[in-house]
Amino acid sequence: MSERASTAPTDGATGEATPAEDEEPPRPRTGATSVVEALENAGVEYCFGVQGGAIMPVYDALYDSQAVRHVTMAHEQGAAHAADAYGIVSGEPGVCMATSGPGATNLVTGIADASMDSDPVVALTGQVPTEFVGNDAFQETDTTGVTAPITKTNYFASGADTVGDDVSEAFGLAAAGRPGPTLVDLPKDVTQDETDHEPGPPTTPDTYQVTERADPSAVREAADTIEAANKPLLLVGGGVIKGDASEEVRQFANTYDVPVTTTMPAVGAFPEDHELALEMAGMHGTGYANMAITHTDCLVAVGCRFDDRLTGGIETFAPDAEVVHVDIDPAEISKNVKADYPLVGDAATVVTQLDEAMRATPETKKWRATCQQWKSEYPMDYATPDDEPLKPQFVVEAFDEATEDDAIVTTGVGQHQMWAVQYWQYTEPRTWVSSHGLGTMGYGLPAAIGAKVAAPDTQVVSFEGDGSFLMTMQELSVAVRENLDITVVVLNNEHIGMVRQWQDAFYDRRRMASEYHWCPDFATLAEGFGAKGITVAEYDEVADAITEALEYDGPAVLDCYIDPEENVYPMVPSGGDNGQFALEEGHL
Amino acid sequence: MSSGLPGPAPTERPTPEGRRNKQGIRIDPEVEAEPATRRAVISVLVEHEPGVLSKVSGLFSRRQFNIESLTVGPTENDSRARITVVTEESDPGIDQIEKQLRKQIPVISVKELPENAINRELALVKVEAENPDQVAAVAEMYDANTVDACPETVTVEITGSRQKIAAAVETFERFGVHEVTRTGTAALARGSESTTDDTTPQSTNQ
Ligand SMILES: Cc1ncc(C[n+]2csc(CCOP(=O)(O)OP(=O)(O)O)c2C)c(N)n1
Ligand SMILES: [Mg+2]
Repeated sequence: MSERASTAPTDGATGEATPAEDEEPPRPRTGATSVVEALENAGVEYCFGVQGGAIMPVYDALYDSQAVRHVTMAHEQGAAHAADAYGIVSGEPGVCMATSGPGATNLVTGIADASMDSDPVVALTGQVPTEFVGNDAFQETDTTGVTAPITKTNYFASGADTVGDDVSEAFGLAAAGRPGPTLVDLPKDVTQDETDHEPGPPTTPDTYQVTERADPSAVREAADTIEAANKPLLLVGGGVIKGDASEEVRQFANTYDVPVTTTMPAVGAFPEDHELALEMAGMHGTGYANMAITHTDCLVAVGCRFDDRLTGGIETFAPDAEVVHVDIDPAEISKNVKADYPLVGDAATVVTQLDEAMRATPETKKWRATCQQWKSEYPMDYATPDDEPLKPQFVVEAFDEATEDDAIVTTGVGQHQMWAVQYWQYTEPRTWVSSHGLGTMGYGLPAAIGAKVAAPDTQVVSFEGDGSFLMTMQELSVAVRENLDITVVVLNNEHIGMVRQWQDAFYDRRRMASEYHWCPDFATLAEGFGAKGITVAEYDEVADAITEALEYDGPAVLDCYIDPEENVYPMVPSGGDNGQFALEEGHL
Repeated sequence: MSSGLPGPAPTERPTPEGRRNKQGIRIDPEVEAEPATRRAVISVLVEHEPGVLSKVSGLFSRRQFNIESLTVGPTENDSRARITVVTEESDPGIDQIEKQLRKQIPVISVKELPENAINRELALVKVEAENPDQVAAVAEMYDANTVDACPETVTVEITGSRQKIAAAVETFERFGVHEVTRTGTAALARGSESTTDDTTPQSTNQ
């Protein structure tokens, strides 16, 4: 993290300034000063960004901040993903910064990603001076226009006196209710003009109110339905992690003997080694989760938005189930799946309300036995024949065993992402950090950087595809510069494998633009970046390579040559019936 | 080679009886019917600030909600504007529109107006002036005012319900209509009823 104002040492624990022997005359207070004060008021410790003309006043003000440290990223997309992962891991909004024009547009993918996954992110973008706005000035982009549909809200700062409060509101809103990204566009004159105004702490506008407690009569009816159910199933969504409701959900499941499945963003919200755990449902969910979600008669969904990757075809989704839907965002209720019992409120609060309303335990013995039977019928087994190339599942499991229970996993997007979710056993919230709703290749490495900055004492492993790694690998320079002890595992199939898998199944094996034929040597590239680079291709090399990579103090890249023909199963084809998941290509 | 996973094939698995329709509502597969659409007038009170209109109209295009008309203008309070949206959607669609509108931060209130609400639209119709007397007669029939005239054309202003304007335009067509512009519907709740939803103060705002 960049060190400046080095004459003023910081107190390591709090980051607070000790008096600096600064002889310089006081610098004028500007809009930028107030932006940085708003960051400090919000308790921001780190932000991720890239410098540039229109945002320079803000960086200049940051020079004087003892509390906020800046991580200089290689690309603004990396800054947005790092902020996003920081937000997921810490629960506090992650901050990214960029200049106007290309800086801002480079953030867009990361902001859209945060929006789809409801991750708290605050983006600060430079803008050309107000008087040039609308003239197609150098590096002018209509940033608030471009980002309107992918932010919770955004602001075009209109003056130095109000810009600090705009930033405070952006913080308040990013974290409040259903989290999400907000953006403040900062014309250069606004950040350069002088102001006396000191911004307040993060706040939300008066018109913005969040319902914490669900309507008690709806809770009563929902509880009655759960009590009477024969085949109840908890569907845990990402809102359980955002709302810190994992403990409440765990207790509810234990008390009332209800099996639990999760969406992908909720992986880790319920311990996968628990006997009630059916793990992830949906397109590449487990067979047993998809059987349970298809046959349940009472689906208790908490903090999820019924994305099509979860539901498959809506016609065949939980078709016999009465749906209890708990969500803090009323617009999610009955958006994709009709909620028979809509419970608008905070996940932890409403699950507790439900618990208090329950008067009996549903009779689920038979149902649990059925779920157990599905678990043994549809195991996530794989073979490791010696005469075939390395299986990616083996690598993921070996890493899981070699790392601590609270290790954080980040991923790119593709087959490797699915193996990382399927073959690693997640037991704690905020340990699975991935791009779910947007499916952004290249998310993994910058996310690992953001995660490591948020949790410096926790192991961070990023599973990458060769294709995904090639999209943002330049961020390795940041990991080296900042000496971040992360491990990048490339599950290298020399393909954009997920596309190849679909082509094989749905396009007569016509592998158009999905085979690389040649990939760079990632281990050598890693060394060139100043990281550790290791290549493995054989089963008997894996254990030592993992130890070496994990023990290396700094970023290490483990390039694993895996079976290029390996496919991800189970698989529910897009729009298909969850209960009809394929276990092999012949089923598709 | 990918060998796949063990377990019973799809055809060997039990399948449930039920089904949902495209709206995710459980239905009797025998009597499946798409929900009917209806016309709804929704009044949206917003902060009067730059970008609000594009946020609201952007929402309609992004989420593929039908808009028949959208009008915006100042209100009794300088810091607020009122947007009146007329849409044709199914009940679940109208519900989504209202909820998504409430999520917009500068949106203060969203209310679907009852059928008896006062709906007005203004239209300017430029009519061929060959038979000015007949044009005037038709104009009078629709309570329209002549606001401009020249030897070739007469321009009339009509205020009223959507149906009335449609009927007037149709009648003028027999003389030849050069141009029409319509404002879209502005609406207020009838009597002492408020057009602003003050029963649920933004408790649903996300
Ligand atoms: C930015 C972006 N571009 C394209 C895609 C479409 N896509 C999805 S998976 C995939 C292949 C990913 O390849 P790789 O990272 O090597 O992962 P693999 O499937 O081989 O494990 C592609 C191209 C995407 N998800 N994101
Ligand atoms: Mg690949």
